[in-house]
Amino acid sequence: MPPIEPIERHTISVLVDNEPGVLARVIGLFSGRGYNIESLTVAEVDTYGRRSRITIVTSGSRMIIEQIKAQLDRLVPVHKVLDLTDEGSFVERELALIKVAATGDKRIEALRIADIFRARAVDSTLESFVFEVTGSSEKLNAFIGLMAPLGLVDVSRTGVAAIARGKEGFLGEAILAGE
Amino acid sequence: MSDQRLTGAEIVLKSLADQGVEVIFGYPGGAVLPIYDALFKQNAIRHVLVRHEQAAVHAAEGYARSTGKVGVVLVTSGPGATNAVTGLTDALMDSIPVVCLTGQVATHLIGNDAFQECDTTGITRPCTKHNYLVKDVNLLARTLHEAFYVARSGRPGPVVIDIPKDVQFNQGVYVAPEQVVHRTYRPQTEPDMRRVEEAVELMARARRPIFYTGGGVINAGPRASELLRELVRLTGFPCTSTLMGLGAFPASDRQFLGMVGMHGTYESNLAMHGCDVMINIGARFDDRVTGKLSAFSPGSKKIHVDIDPSSINKSVRVDIPIVGDAAAVLEAMIAVWKKRNCKADKAALDAWWAQIGEWRARECLKFQQDMSPSAIIKPQYAIKRLAELTAGRDDVFITTEVGQHQMWAAQHIPFERPNHWMTSGGLGTMGYGLPAATGVQVAHPDALVVDVAGEASIMMNIQEIATLVQYQLPVKVFIVNNRWMGMVRQWQQLLHGERYSQSYSEALPDFVKLAEAFGAVGLRATELGQLDDVIGEMIETRRPVIVDVNVAENENCYPMIPGGAAHNEILLGGQHLTGEQSAPEEGMVLV
Repeated sequence: MPPIEPIERHTISVLVDNEPGVLARVIGLFSGRGYNIESLTVAEVDTYGRRSRITIVTSGSRMIIEQIKAQLDRLVPVHKVLDLTDEGSFVERELALIKVAATGDKRIEALRIADIFRARAVDSTLESFVFEVTGSSEKLNAFIGLMAPLGLVDVSRTGVAAIARGKEGFLGEAILAGE
Repeated sequence: MSDQRLTGAEIVLKSLADQGVEVIFGYPGGAVLPIYDALFKQNAIRHVLVRHEQAAVHAAEGYARSTGKVGVVLVTSGPGATNAVTGLTDALMDSIPVVCLTGQVATHLIGNDAFQECDTTGITRPCTKHNYLVKDVNLLARTLHEAFYVARSGRPGPVVIDIPKDVQFNQGVYVAPEQVVHRTYRPQTEPDMRRVEEAVELMARARRPIFYTGGGVINAGPRASELLRELVRLTGFPCTSTLMGLGAFPASDRQFLGMVGMHGTYESNLAMHGCDVMINIGARFDDRVTGKLSAFSPGSKKIHVDIDPSSINKSVRVDIPIVGDAAAVLEAMIAVWKKRNCKADKAALDAWWAQIGEWRARECLKFQQDMSPSAIIKPQYAIKRLAELTAGRDDVFITTEVGQHQMWAAQHIPFERPNHWMTSGGLGTMGYGLPAATGVQVAHPDALVVDVAGEASIMMNIQEIATLVQYQLPVKVFIVNNRWMGMVRQWQQLLHGERYSQSYSEALPDFVKLAEAFGAVGLRATELGQLDDVIGEMIETRRPVIVDVNVAENENCYPMIPGGAAHNEILLGGQHLTGEQSAPEEGMVLV
């Protein structure tokens, strides 16, 4: 048997035409071929050219990662595929809204930890907070973990948005021509 | 842009005509009535009415494969579209350019579970290269032209356009093909020359080289086949082919080793296993070719030429990947080989050919046929005689169904030219051959088109005999009737302890009477002495014919690489696996 390849985690940006069904094509590709999706976010980023950016965090062996990129690239509405993990350093952020229902000491402790994590309270009642926190997925995981014994009742996360460091743009010139 | 306003249905017909479409295969229904109405009012495009929508797609595939053009299908919504799914998947797996138009319920009814509604774009998304739902009549012409571009460019494939009924009635603006430029889709056809140079350098140093060619050479057009012949002769290397690539290199050439893979020849499989340089042109390292991946051609450097970057390093890691059209790459390889004045290592190559000669001497396709007139016909012999009695004609097209007969046809019929062999390779669709032959005969009305079939497969689309009769298409259905789903029976015998679960063809129809009931001609051969006469009569008859050749029931297809085995573990006829030894579990899970 060939040596087992290590599993790598990759963040991939995909620029697509914002047309009906395009997200289903991407998701269907992952489910149909048995690839992992750890996180997926999508939003239109070029209103003039009607293009959306999909950010996918996935994992697999090097061969699988290369397959994922090649398969994404051959979808007809895909403009380009960029493997941020391979291309060098990049910034990765996720936002979460976290609801903690607690009174007394637990409520104070939740606030104190929120402060350490630079989470903002965006809603408050006498028995609850909704915190907004941004950062890497690991930071969010840590924050949610700490909130669990303090009355955590609800979590909503956006998934990862990512962008390469440095002066190069991914969208090209079209975005600048817009509006 | 013309300001002429047309209905959606008229736009469809005009777009097809402007794309050079001469014939479409289809079946009407409520949601495509406006298109059928527009079809009725014009004469530029012929319509061939099939008897099942699956057959419409296979017919379009046969048409496309035998002409190099895009095949076109027109079916209704709901069941029309779902019936087409098998054909679309087949075309996707074998990279056949097809444009399939499906009717859809009116836009205001979509999502309402309306009569004959289904989510066509949802259902066909994973089984097409691309698909569209057109909700605005003004986008219809553009979408059609785009669809043809997508279907035929890069690695070809099927494209579905779902057209709601109100869009077919609405009036809109027509756009000509030359005004449509695709926003995103630009497949790479010209190779990276540095890679080509590296590849040629490796080839020139090879001691035990082999060309491994596939359907990509056929898809790249007849010129690619000519260039392949030139390169193979120039280098003096041996050449093998996948099931899909047969005909790209002439079977009668001494440098051809026969088909590779599970039922490929002994010499080609052992040469693939033992080579030091493998030059893959337009093949995709399918599991039917590679066998056990970890033992696949362990000592070779691999060059892989493919137009689809996702085919490269998918299952087998290669040393020199070259993305590009097969014709463009072959041309570049020939140019570099000549420019550098390359010469193959003669001594090494002679030794390699001597080794191949030893493997060839095993005569792996040999079978025993009792030649007395009353003898039982061996299935291989029936197919061999079919090939021999039609040899010398350049207008013979062979299609097949799926199973033992398909493999025997691939082994025993020598294909000399591309686009004359149509078989369901990737999906393995029983019921493919008859409708595919229909499409071939529509494209080549005077040719001899033969569907080599099994008695089980033919039952899957037998209704298409009516299509042949209606259009006076003289297709020959050559049934190699062994009364078993032969390949299923073979696997049950070799791998499942001879437990023949559901593989016997009970209650078969009388195929001669069946042919007559359809208005076709029925012929039968039950013993050796009748075979040649029946084949002769079949060839002479200018009408659709069903030939029922009753053959030996228990013949198996060899050579065979059992599932999960390596090329050098190939079994020849006469070596029988039995009982426990025959059922390695890891092999059994591989179909």
